[in-house]
Amino acid sequence: MADGRDLSQGQEGYADRHLFRGRNLWGGFLFGLGLVAFIDETVFHQLLHWHHFYDKSTTDIGLVSDGLFHALSWFATIGSSFMLADLHRRHAFWLKRWVGGVFLGAGSFQLYDGVVQHKLMKLHQIRYNVDITPYDAVWNITAFAMIVVGFVLLVRNSFGQQEGKRNAR
Amino acid sequence: MHDNHISPDVNSLSIIFVPMVLALIAYIFAAYVSTLRFKKPWPVHRTMFWILGLLSASAAVMGPVAERAHTDFTLHMVGHLLLGMLAPLLLALAAPMTLVLRSLPVQHARKLTRFLKSAPVGILTNPIFTMVLNVGGMWIIYTTDLYIGMQQDLILHVLIHLHVFLAGYLFTISVIYIDTTPHRTSFVIRSVVMIIALAAHGMLAKYIYAYPPNGVTITQAERAGMLMYYGGDAIELILIFILCFQWYKSSRPRLILKNNETSARNSY
Repeated sequence: MADGRDLSQGQEGYADRHLFRGRNLWGGFLFGLGLVAFIDETVFHQLLHWHHFYDKSTTDIGLVSDGLFHALSWFATIGSSFMLADLHRRHAFWLKRWVGGVFLGAGSFQLYDGVVQHKLMKLHQIRYNVDITPYDAVWNITAFAMIVVGFVLLVRNSFGQQEGKRNAR
Repeated sequence: MHDNHISPDVNSLSIIFVPMVLALIAYIFAAYVSTLRFKKPWPVHRTMFWILGLLSASAAVMGPVAERAHTDFTLHMVGHLLLGMLAPLLLALAAPMTLVLRSLPVQHARKLTRFLKSAPVGILTNPIFTMVLNVGGMWIIYTTDLYIGMQQDLILHVLIHLHVFLAGYLFTISVIYIDTTPHRTSFVIRSVVMIIALAAHGMLAKYIYAYPPNGVTITQAERAGMLMYYGGDAIELILIFILCFQWYKSSRPRLILKNNETSARNSY
């Protein structure tokens, strides 16, 4: 094992994580997507009972979109956990890029859910029998903010990557 | 109401009971033969999976659940989850084909292997084909009058149950590779198939919730739809976990292997 570690880390301590930049980003992205879907399901569907399993105004395309994203989020949660384990196993985990991916994934999915699924496809609303505007605003602004945070983290770590390369040389 | 439904009599029970017992005896006998032949005992947990799988399938087609499933759509859905999803998964985890190959005489095992490698078997275990067979079949059962038909016609009833089980089993072995699998597809294709299958399952569950099949009350359809949705999620969760775990094992970095393994791999 000791030999293996030498081989994988080599003289360039950070080399591995640059090789797996994409996997750090996408692993985080999928994890974020799964996380938001999980919070949506447990908090808004099961605990608060704000969201409905099915809304009489749900369009067919809404049903398809909901089904696909529900399935994708299940897969993303498990798949990204194994990707995370894989990055650690390769000594290639890059926390900031991964967290950037999490914010980007979480924000993108929440924005899609809030704008396309809730509003355009009328899957269900955030809450019923109340003025929905403030709920929608909080929902979508949070989503947008998460996307911005994600981008900032990722852009910063693109610069970090060049520094890393310079140091390695 | 009751006149419309088949009352499960002694005959129909024993029809199902016999193959279950035979499958159990055959498996245990094969495990015994395999253990004698290979010195290394056939794993006990595989036998346990086989027993649990048979129990799960049996619970769906006989006993209290099956009896009430004729009149209660929610229990029909419990049976569907047991027969079409849980039993196939448990039986696949028992690796029956591997056991058969290990316990057959070599010549017969070779013939069987040749058969397993043949093109028709390749189609039957192709994940895209099995997904269409599985999910497509379900859509047809619950969105046409086939559901009410199966409650009135014994042969149709048996055929549909057989279809649900076989389609579930073929789907399971086409996405996770526990057993002997000569025809393999890439991890990406199997992942996409899994996501589409789970999505279609969830959509159908919500569709049933909103549009009950003929002969089913709204209350029952709503409960059955939610059960199908969340129950399906739970079992698919296990399938996805196994699929991803197999990816994790197969994509391990080669360089971290032990020295002798590394040299063995590099030697060809």
